[in-house]
Amino acid sequence: MEELLKSYQTVTPQHAINWVKVGHTDDFPENAGACVKYNSKQIAVYYFTRTNSWYACQNLCPHKMEMVLSRGMIGDSQGIPKVACPLHKKTFSLEDGHNLNGEEYSIATYPVRIQEGNVYIGFVD
Amino acid sequence: MVGFKFCEKLAAHPLRDQFEVLVFGEESRPAYDRVHLSEYFSLDSADKLLLAPRDWYAGNNITLRTGEMVTSIEVDTKRVFTHKHDYFEYDYLVLATGSSPFVPTIKGVDKPGVFIYRTIEDLDAIKDYAQKLKHEGKFKAAVLGGGLLGLEAANAAKELGMQTDVIEFAPRLMPRQLDKAASDMLQHKIESLGIKVHLGKNSQEIVGAEGIEGIDFTDDTALQTDMLIISAGIRPRDELAVKCGLQTGERGGIYVNNKMETSGPSIYAIGEVALYNNGIYGLVAPGYEMAGVAVDQITGTDKLMSPSIDMSTQLKLVGTEVASFGAPFIENDDITAIIYENKQRGVYKRINVSKDGSLLHGGIMVGDSSDYNTLFQLYINAMKLPENPEDLILGSRGGESKSPLGSVLDLPETAQICSCEAVSKGTICNAITSGACTSFSDVVKQTKASSCCGGCKPMVVDLVNATLKSLGQEVKDTICEHFNYSRQEMYDLVKLHNILDFDEALDRHGRGHGCETCKPILASIFASIYMETANRQAPIQDSNDRFLANIQRNGTYSVVPRVPGGEITPQKLMVLGEVAKKYDLYTKITGGQRIDLFGAQLHELPMIWKELIDAGFESGHAYGKSLRTVKSCVGSTWCRFGMHDSVSFAIRIEERYKGLRSPHKLKGGVSGCIRECAEARGKDFGVIAVEGGWNLYVCGNGGANPKHAILLAEQLDDDTCIRYLDRFLIYYIRTAAPLQRTAPWLDKLEGGIDYLKKVVVEDSLGIGEELEAEMEELVQRYACEWKEAIEDPQMLKRFKPFVNSDEPDDHLEFVPMREQKMPRPW
Repeated sequence: MEELLKSYQTVTPQHAINWVKVGHTDDFPENAGACVKYNSKQIAVYYFTRTNSWYACQNLCPHKMEMVLSRGMIGDSQGIPKVACPLHKKTFSLEDGHNLNGEEYSIATYPVRIQEGNVYIGFVD
Repeated sequence: MVGFKFCEKLAAHPLRDQFEVLVFGEESRPAYDRVHLSEYFSLDSADKLLLAPRDWYAGNNITLRTGEMVTSIEVDTKRVFTHKHDYFEYDYLVLATGSSPFVPTIKGVDKPGVFIYRTIEDLDAIKDYAQKLKHEGKFKAAVLGGGLLGLEAANAAKELGMQTDVIEFAPRLMPRQLDKAASDMLQHKIESLGIKVHLGKNSQEIVGAEGIEGIDFTDDTALQTDMLIISAGIRPRDELAVKCGLQTGERGGIYVNNKMETSGPSIYAIGEVALYNNGIYGLVAPGYEMAGVAVDQITGTDKLMSPSIDMSTQLKLVGTEVASFGAPFIENDDITAIIYENKQRGVYKRINVSKDGSLLHGGIMVGDSSDYNTLFQLYINAMKLPENPEDLILGSRGGESKSPLGSVLDLPETAQICSCEAVSKGTICNAITSGACTSFSDVVKQTKASSCCGGCKPMVVDLVNATLKSLGQEVKDTICEHFNYSRQEMYDLVKLHNILDFDEALDRHGRGHGCETCKPILASIFASIYMETANRQAPIQDSNDRFLANIQRNGTYSVVPRVPGGEITPQKLMVLGEVAKKYDLYTKITGGQRIDLFGAQLHELPMIWKELIDAGFESGHAYGKSLRTVKSCVGSTWCRFGMHDSVSFAIRIEERYKGLRSPHKLKGGVSGCIRECAEARGKDFGVIAVEGGWNLYVCGNGGANPKHAILLAEQLDDDTCIRYLDRFLIYYIRTAAPLQRTAPWLDKLEGGIDYLKKVVVEDSLGIGEELEAEMEELVQRYACEWKEAIEDPQMLKRFKPFVNSDEPDDHLEFVPMREQKMPRPW
């Protein structure tokens, strides 16, 4: 399980070398999450229509190691976009992945780009 | 705990920087909360009991040396030595070594299976041993000691699944806090929960070939048991003090004066190890006061310990409220006891009042300690009692009910509200009037009031609200940071302005972008007003509603079709079996007379539901805050005792309210006679057949705080019963707080059941017809949301596990269990 968790490491837009097309914007729900697959990774993608912003993070909730975050509810806390895990409502910042309940574990986030109606996620591998 | 409190108070002191602090603890963990030790079994980690994490000590420049035992003190050279053969110099030494359990010298006390109850390690050992016993088919545990800690230990043993007995030497339980009648009431309550009590028992020998098998008593009786937890009192850990020649008491404890100074120079003792006024005080509040005195003395102010120690206590033991305050047993020429005993409700209350009726000296409560805070304030502040002191425990009869304290703001400024943290009314009110705090949580953070045992929370909340109100600020429960309104206000706003979706609500009445709290609340409001299903605004639904299924441990889902009234044809039962077999679903009968199919993957849900809907099933809404089931007994059609046809009526009720969304889940029941086999009184609404019609009960529930539903109306015909149910349900849906079930809603409803009767039965507000019409419209608009979902390709998209792949999720793992399967455990 530790191995699995380690395979998800935050990628910043500057460091992304491989931008992977994961679908058309129409394939993704508005104001909610969906999951995409890249090799063995599961990545959750969220589209906030009110700010017209896209976020991506690991689908794995680090609390109980289940692939569920893409099915969590999204929103904001004091302006920070966040996702709440559907299992125990642990919430994470979608900007930097830190836990907003004051607990120690955090999640990896990935940069998202929209070009010509397509959604791209940035990876380093 | 007291040692930690000393550190906490010193860390916050203005002269903090003049001191270098070094803390030794022989246990491997930093200080943890022993008051809530028994909760350890229900927590997933010991860390949750820590009073502060390790980095708190580092952040406050306190060196923490855990797992290091101080072995001796050299008073002359001011040095302490540890078992690692290090020594450390001190200017001031504070002994907060606490106590250890007293283990009586009984033959066989060293046998395997005999435990004490003090540390997390003790609890781990108890848990492991109990697990081992259960595997061997042994289930009997006993606790030696019927005091406060003993009963906590007994509850813990019971929670571990053991059949538990309590053995007490005295002729009553909690002999230091309760009189005989109170003990009898507590015993009755505890025994009704399956813990057996043996009083007046003197243990002679612990018997068993290897491990413990039983206990022989001096009266020639015996008790068979597979394990024993000893909780027969405490002994101060004064061995270091004895060794270095400090003055100690005959029965243990280090002598201290009212400055917490021991007989040794610059050595202080605080907490359960300190012998003050010839007493040892095993409570948090006096310990914390001692810590405060020691900090003040060391930093150069002259605060002294109170001359008398208040041993009042309020707690919940084995699910029973127990409180004891002041002088609980006192009765003499000047003081008489007023006693109220209600064996039906399991309540005992006693107050000791001066003969002229003016002062309260102490008292005892079992089964209902809701008056404790008020009574304690009257006692501790020596306030004048109302004209009829019996009203204090009986409630005033006739006329308006009013708190005998009047307003909480009438308390003296010095009244101590939080005894654990010694916070006065003045401190709490000032925190608000100074502008530093604007809410209960602010006040807790700033003053620490109610941060320990939480017993004073209701009074702190009242004080905060009353103070805010006196400043002209309105106090309300707002939904979250995005909506500055209560649920009821949002309900009214949505209805009044005919708001149709979440974004509109946010634009008109909110701010920010919403969250996992306000979105489902608004979704529920839209559903309750427009009967819209969870499909129309899927993204604002709670995650379960979005996928129309209950997420389980490993992220798979369960499927529960509606089975109205629990009646099902063999044909439909076979369909469920076939579907479960085809998709390899773990199958279990639910408590609500339905069948739950577990382990469905996201992409399988539409396929499963297609087959179920083709066979005539509908969504059971088991995932929603909505009507779940109306349980029924078989009733007069088959049962030889049945008076009315409970199944038919249950089906009619369930069909009427299916799909109805509400602030929390709703459950109903219909029983065909007073034997009540449908357990209808454990539901939000229950209907029971009686001579001449149905009795309607409301606001019950099972779960963590079981409540029996209360009689709303008697001998109703079918249609009247439905009409009252319509009114009751809509009234609840309109006015309840988020996630508030009917029982707590009724508790908060001003006027209680009498007021509810007026609204529903007598139509005192004149809204009866309106409520019925509203329900009728919701009933007409019902649609099965699973049928909607599988018929609309756009809606089906959400069940695809990956946007960019058609593969199923390969992360899922199951393990076999009793011919079925379960998720790989966490």
